[in-house]
Amino acid sequence: MPTIADLRAAYAAGDTTPAETLRQLADTIAARDGDIGGYLSHDLDRALDEASRADLSLPLGGVPIAIKDLINVQGHPCSCASRILHGKYTAPYDATVIRRLRAAGAIPFGRTNMDEFAMGSSNENSGIQPCRNPWDHDRIPGGSSGGSAAVVAAGTAIAALGSDTGGSIRQPASHCGVVGVKPTYGRVSRYGIVAFASSLDQVGPMTATVEDSARLLQVIAGHDPLDSTSVPEPVPDYTAALGHDLKGLRVGLPREYFAEGLEPAVRDAVQAAVRQLESLGAEIVEISLPNTEHAVSVYYIIANAEASANLARFDGVRYGHRAASPSDLLDHYRRSRAEGFGEEVKRRIILGTYVLSSGYYDAYYLRAQKVRTLIRQDFDRAFDQVDLIASPVSPVPPFRLGEKLDDPLAMYLADIYTIPANLAGLCGISVPCGFAPVPGAARPLPVGLQLLARPFGEETLFRAAHAYEQASEWKNHRAYPA
Amino acid sequence: MSQTEYITSIGLEVHVQLKTRTKMFCGCEVRFGEPPNTLTCPTCLGLPGALPVLNRGAIEMTIRAGLLLGCETPPVVKWDRKNYFYPDMPKNYQISQYDLPLCLGGGVPLYDLAYPKDAQKSIARPGKVVQLTRIHLEEDVAKSTHHSSFTTIDFNRAGTPLMEIVSEPDIDSPEEAAAYLNSLRQILVYGDLSDADMEKGQMRCDVNVSVRPVGQTELGTKIELKNLNSVSAVRRALHYEIGRQIECLRTGIPLIQSTRRWDDDLGETSEMRTKEQAHDYRYFPDPDLLPVRTPDLVAREREGLPELPHAKVARFESDYGITHYDASVLASDRALADYYEAAARGATAPKKVANWIINTLLAYLNEHSLGIADCPVVPEKIRALVDLVESGALSGTQAREVFADLFADPAGDPAAIAKAKGFEPADTGEIDAFIDQVIAAHAGPAQEIRDGNDKAANFLTGQVMKLSKGKANPKLVTEAILAKLRG
Ligand SMILES: [Zn+2]
Repeated sequence: MPTIADLRAAYAAGDTTPAETLRQLADTIAARDGDIGGYLSHDLDRALDEASRADLSLPLGGVPIAIKDLINVQGHPCSCASRILHGKYTAPYDATVIRRLRAAGAIPFGRTNMDEFAMGSSNENSGIQPCRNPWDHDRIPGGSSGGSAAVVAAGTAIAALGSDTGGSIRQPASHCGVVGVKPTYGRVSRYGIVAFASSLDQVGPMTATVEDSARLLQVIAGHDPLDSTSVPEPVPDYTAALGHDLKGLRVGLPREYFAEGLEPAVRDAVQAAVRQLESLGAEIVEISLPNTEHAVSVYYIIANAEASANLARFDGVRYGHRAASPSDLLDHYRRSRAEGFGEEVKRRIILGTYVLSSGYYDAYYLRAQKVRTLIRQDFDRAFDQVDLIASPVSPVPPFRLGEKLDDPLAMYLADIYTIPANLAGLCGISVPCGFAPVPGAARPLPVGLQLLARPFGEETLFRAAHAYEQASEWKNHRAYPA
Repeated sequence: MSQTEYITSIGLEVHVQLKTRTKMFCGCEVRFGEPPNTLTCPTCLGLPGALPVLNRGAIEMTIRAGLLLGCETPPVVKWDRKNYFYPDMPKNYQISQYDLPLCLGGGVPLYDLAYPKDAQKSIARPGKVVQLTRIHLEEDVAKSTHHSSFTTIDFNRAGTPLMEIVSEPDIDSPEEAAAYLNSLRQILVYGDLSDADMEKGQMRCDVNVSVRPVGQTELGTKIELKNLNSVSAVRRALHYEIGRQIECLRTGIPLIQSTRRWDDDLGETSEMRTKEQAHDYRYFPDPDLLPVRTPDLVAREREGLPELPHAKVARFESDYGITHYDASVLASDRALADYYEAAARGATAPKKVANWIINTLLAYLNEHSLGIADCPVVPEKIRALVDLVESGALSGTQAREVFADLFADPAGDPAAIAKAKGFEPADTGEIDAFIDQVIAAHAGPAQEIRDGNDKAANFLTGQVMKLSKGKANPKLVTEAILAKLRG
């Protein structure tokens, strides 16, 4: 599939049209997505209708964008890959990011698979269908934005939107060999994004190249009066950050991120990438983020507490799944939710309810908020010394579907490198940095390099990731070669 | 054996609908009586993905309420989620304020006239101020209507701003509770914050009541009463409940902390749930809303603060020389107070204007079931009418007749109506002749007047009035009689 940049050039030259691109996408989806399960649905006719009115002079004129199934697009289903909404809910309004995409000429096309309500790191918690890694169909694509990563990697989408609460963009991007950006908290409006954990969620681009991510973020970023947590900070020209070397850039390697639990094959790929950054002019510094070990527990307390309230509205009273012939109101609530939600979602609602309960609030929620502050202070101190932090995205390459299903804790712990950025409200990017040979895998599997920058430092991310991408060969590898 | 005496402690939680143009967290209009579910949007319907945005106006109004009631506003306030499931609450959590509300402390002065009429003669503690715990702002829930086998929900009300005013258990009797509600309402109306009409649901209240034997310092078992839809229901429910609790204590039946429902038709309360069944609301800060810094808002609200009823009473007494009672009656309603001031300003006798409004105008309005705001006669005409009486141009009886015409045809002018009715001051020559005639006919009273008894003039004046067929002005006649007899 072409990149956004390629496509715009082709439209300008008259080599192809948005309608042609959409038809070609639909054909590729028909050919490949049966094996992958990246899409929950797509509506070619509606997209073609929008394509017929596309203004090609706009920044994303006529560019189809795949949308994670928790982002409201008016008239499209919005199920969050949950049986509580699947087939029972059509979005009655556009999320702000969708309004911005439309204003830039883009065409929302296709609903991508995900872990139910974004709760998961493997996409195995989709309530609708499994999603597979395009590089190895026995393996997970990562999650929760596994569908968005998979469709970009499989060439069944030009670009996609995902959402990142604890690594849900960066980790599947890493596992599928694509670029994924988690913007600074407050950079992109959350209005119209079905909330998992409101203080952590951010929508971001998932694309084949760094440049495409910059172009996509350029459009969706910016203050939104409908989201009180969005920040009225001007949006810089992200493409201006591309094409520079890394002279004068100080890059920190957190000691705690290269410790026990990191698989050697992943470590090797990341360290090679760090050497490449150095050869591009960056200065490499070792740093410490001492509170890293607390991040996972803090995250699961705060995220689940918020989720327990955010998901309360799915009760079958006004929309969504409704249990048959309930005996009374309580029975209606109990059975509608028990039948509609999957296991992981129930587990997290129960955990979240527990940590907010009278008598436990101080010991869990309040203490977690205090530790969250300590984690943020770790980063404040680190960014006094460095401009960027480089690390692995996931300690392990993608594992086999079903391999870790019976051990949720192990799966939670694998988010250790991505979660702190959400807790601290930083921005981060995952950019392909090589392939790890994995015993039993059909071929070596993608590894991502994570770069983190201080709040509203997306330009620095793009500058470094783009320089690295251009200097490295990984952009030439595709799961489905053209 | 002597009967044990009991002390009652009552606390009120009052919910007040604020008069904002839009809802608390979205741009939907606040209007009542519209077709169901027409004033809604993704946010107030709690649709997936929708987010709340604070209504500044509601925050300012709550701060104003706090200033009027002497509360403190913390420098930073925040918003919390109160979690419980109910179909009238679309998110299954309510955005409210838990530990940093907009107002803390303060109090509600109990006005004499705010007590029930039959209790105004026996006010236990005149001038009492009921202490407040806090005032916070939250969103209202939707309105449920229960039918035979199903329930319908109207979300027009969902998300409208609701101010909750919580008092200390500082109220000693059902009468004080009624006075509290009426006084609070007066103040809220004065602040232009709410119409606060309980019967219209603009003001709703839950009551906590406990009794304990005299001598016991800690409060008795707290019982909460619900479904109180008028001030009189509050009073009656409290009388019933206090009697019931005392009866329990006397007969040794233990009271348990519980919520009871008032049945207005049966006139009794019945248990809804006990403490064991109480909710754990799992409050936590709402991550969708940022905390609000208040000092600037407080400073701005402090500038435009309206005069409160008790301040107005004091000013009316000193500026217009009217009695405390009259001033209290006039100040009990901001619109009435404004009406009086418009009429009294520049009047020859502001005290007479007060009498006129209280005795004549209000009686008329009552008879026609009108509020002062709907009064057809503008205050300037009341002033003109009373001035005509004061100048002697009209008698009181004549003025009331003129007023009746004015009420029916508010465009009319008092002097013109009086003229049309032939109420001109009678021919002075003719009246003079009548006076001479009466003095001659009643030598006895005339002599009494000469001897210094003014009261005797009343009789002679009455005789002159008779001869003039009511056309003479009694005040002028009396003056003329006195002048003639005393030189
Ligand atoms: Zn609304």
